[in-house]
Amino acid sequence: MIRQHPQVRIGVYVCHCGTNIAGTVDVMELTAFAATLPNVALAREYRYMCSDPGQELLKRDIREHHLERIVVAACSPNLHEKTFRKAAEDAGLNPFLVQMANIREHVAWVTADRELALAKAKAQVAAAVRRVVGHEPLERKFVSITPRVMVVGGGIAGIQAALTLGDSGKEVILVEREPTIGGHMAMFDKTFPTLDCAACILTPKMTAVKDHPKIRLLSLSEVAEVSGSVGNYHVKVRRKARYISEERCVGCMKCIEECVFRSPKFPNAFDQGLGLRKPVYMPFPQAVPPVPVIDAETCLWLKSGKCKQTCVTACGERNAIDFQQQDWYEEFDVGAIIVATGFRAFDPTPMRFYGYGQFPQVYSALEVERLLNAAGPTQGKVVLRDGSVPKRVGIVHCIGSRDHNYHPYCSRVCCMYSLKLAHLIKEKTGAEVTNFYIDIRAPGKAFEEFFERVQQEGVRFIRGKVGDVRPGPPDENGQPQGLVVQVDDTLRGRVTKVPVDMLVLAVALEPAEGADAVRRMFNMSCSTEGFFLEKHPKLAPVNTVNDGVFLAGACQGPKDIPDTVAQADAAAAQALALIDCARIPLEPNTAWVEAELCSGCKTCIPLCPYSAISRDPEKGVAVIDESLCKGCGTCVAACPSGAAQQHLFTDAQIYDEIEGILSYV
Amino acid sequence: MSETSHSAAELGASTEGFQPRIVAFFCNWCTYTASDLAGVSRLQYAPNARIIRVMCSGRLDPQFVLVALRQGADGVLIGGCHPGDCHYQEGNYKCLRRYELLRRLLGQMGIEPQRVRLEWISASEGDRVREAINEMTEQLRRLGPLRLASIPTPHRHEVLSPVKRAGRPVLAKAE
Repeated sequence: MIRQHPQVRIGVYVCHCGTNIAGTVDVMELTAFAATLPNVALAREYRYMCSDPGQELLKRDIREHHLERIVVAACSPNLHEKTFRKAAEDAGLNPFLVQMANIREHVAWVTADRELALAKAKAQVAAAVRRVVGHEPLERKFVSITPRVMVVGGGIAGIQAALTLGDSGKEVILVEREPTIGGHMAMFDKTFPTLDCAACILTPKMTAVKDHPKIRLLSLSEVAEVSGSVGNYHVKVRRKARYISEERCVGCMKCIEECVFRSPKFPNAFDQGLGLRKPVYMPFPQAVPPVPVIDAETCLWLKSGKCKQTCVTACGERNAIDFQQQDWYEEFDVGAIIVATGFRAFDPTPMRFYGYGQFPQVYSALEVERLLNAAGPTQGKVVLRDGSVPKRVGIVHCIGSRDHNYHPYCSRVCCMYSLKLAHLIKEKTGAEVTNFYIDIRAPGKAFEEFFERVQQEGVRFIRGKVGDVRPGPPDENGQPQGLVVQVDDTLRGRVTKVPVDMLVLAVALEPAEGADAVRRMFNMSCSTEGFFLEKHPKLAPVNTVNDGVFLAGACQGPKDIPDTVAQADAAAAQALALIDCARIPLEPNTAWVEAELCSGCKTCIPLCPYSAISRDPEKGVAVIDESLCKGCGTCVAACPSGAAQQHLFTDAQIYDEIEGILSYV
Repeated sequence: MSETSHSAAELGASTEGFQPRIVAFFCNWCTYTASDLAGVSRLQYAPNARIIRVMCSGRLDPQFVLVALRQGADGVLIGGCHPGDCHYQEGNYKCLRRYELLRRLLGQMGIEPQRVRLEWISASEGDRVREAINEMTEQLRRLGPLRLASIPTPHRHEVLSPVKRAGRPVLAKAE
């Protein structure tokens, strides 16, 4: 295992990163150490290596001192490897002759003891210096890009991203799993803090999606399989049977009117089960596409084959109803994907002491949104399940949020939507509304003003957690009247009981149903709470670790509509920047087989997840198709004869790194 | 206790102030990113792990582990994506297979299998990086330094002393 390298001239650059590194690691001592390492022609420290002057310094040195390798001891390569490769390239050095030693994230920020931090930094620098000697100039390969984007999820985030991309002239495929686009926003009546009517601002966008020549809308559809990589994804979409042809239906709704069920009988999921629908239905009047859907679970014909099919008769010559329809698959080639799969409202049933699901007067916030909506199950009247109008309404904040038994995070929107609900309920019913809150968080534009306005309207605020909800005292018939909310009023320092007729639970936002499967399909990471993880929280907030896959909306974390729309446009811009450049460079860390060393044992072939390896029948050796190789190196690790190697991660380079990292005690 | 590897106590050496050296192979997409996150979150942990980045835990040749131990590491930590989450579909399963085999081999060689550890740490689990490294450091402190004296290892001698190899630069002897 003697590896020989020609003598090379290495330049080592130790970054202070202000005080981020220099505050913990003695950068002077580290630089002096680096200068003693073999092959190091020059070692420097500088305050900010990534700054323009820092990069200029590096470029000048490469030219003046004829440096052949560069080691930058600074932050994570995930942050600035590209920066320094680019700087080297600008100075005429092959960019892959640069190696970074991560002494910020992996040393300075995680080590309290200065001496031990210095020792670890020395080891990491020694490893990089040793390793970079064996680096070889590499050539980037380019891949052409399919100028088409798939947007997954048709809520406001997906709609906005699709429209922005479509308006720029790019083809967009918008995939939505429900029968209609619109998402949660379509369920709301008004939006905070301006009290715009949600439908008034959303439905024009929904119609624009439907009519856009560049957008293909796939409703009732789910992504089934994703393959390929940045620039060239291949996506298989499952189109679920609607039993009504989108091409032939004109949206006259005759089928709904004439259904053998004379009146709606089944709970409508869009109305949170508060309203009823027939087996053939539109989730809400402005649904897009404006085509009814037949629910196979409740349709008599689909369930039992026994029905007069009055809907078919009603449709007549249009002949849009198609009971033969089955799920089918369509496949698409796209260059980029925007994931905008939204959130799920927390189900408060497990929190027994709030009485959700036990007492009919307890509602989740989303249910109240539907009650308030003019197109909702009560035509916008706030009435209880028994038809009466509540006179006293309680709103409990932070249900499932800021609660270590459920979700420790703040859901960000609940304070504001609770204030909005308080305002709307008071406006519509004149009821006395009481908010039970922990803190009011109103940090957005015009949010605090809205909070003040709601206070001036006479909405009550009690600061404290609700501990118990019980039926109220019995009336003359012995029936309990309303509910009694017991709360620890922390401002008055006592436990208070507040009688209410209606109790609204301001539920948390949590990752959408199936988010984990979506995450795996698109090869993304997620945060511990299950929201999709952005590549960098500040500098790459809509990118994911999977290049070419972008994030928009609440799937990345709870956020309100303005933030969602802004993020959707950011994701669209990123996708646009990607697909507009026609070709992109690939990381050259692919594997290859040294034919002379290969014994033809075929160990590597079944290991490759991308089927990039085949056997050359004439020579009897393995051959790797570098255009298919993604650079995991699994085959390299398995090759018994060392014939398979990976660029930037050859066995020799890794052995060098091991040697280097252990050369310092 | 094995024949060839003796605990520090047995050898009469003091384990006090013993700073075990751990070579950590972290996959780029999950564990390396998680250790970046640990840094960004300013989680403080034992400085004993020195990190080598590989694209995938599937790149880990068991020989890397053996060479690291032979060259003076007291332990090796391998970090990969959780099962089902591999950026390259299933490289982490390949790593797991090799790891299980390697541990048996280590036992046969007289090296405590606890010196090599495989952890699944996702990109969001910065605190798991801290825990894994802290736990492993403590465990290695209890085990004491890895002494491979009775194993004939010419390379070990070669690496630890600044002997010049043919055409090959050698690092200045550290401290």
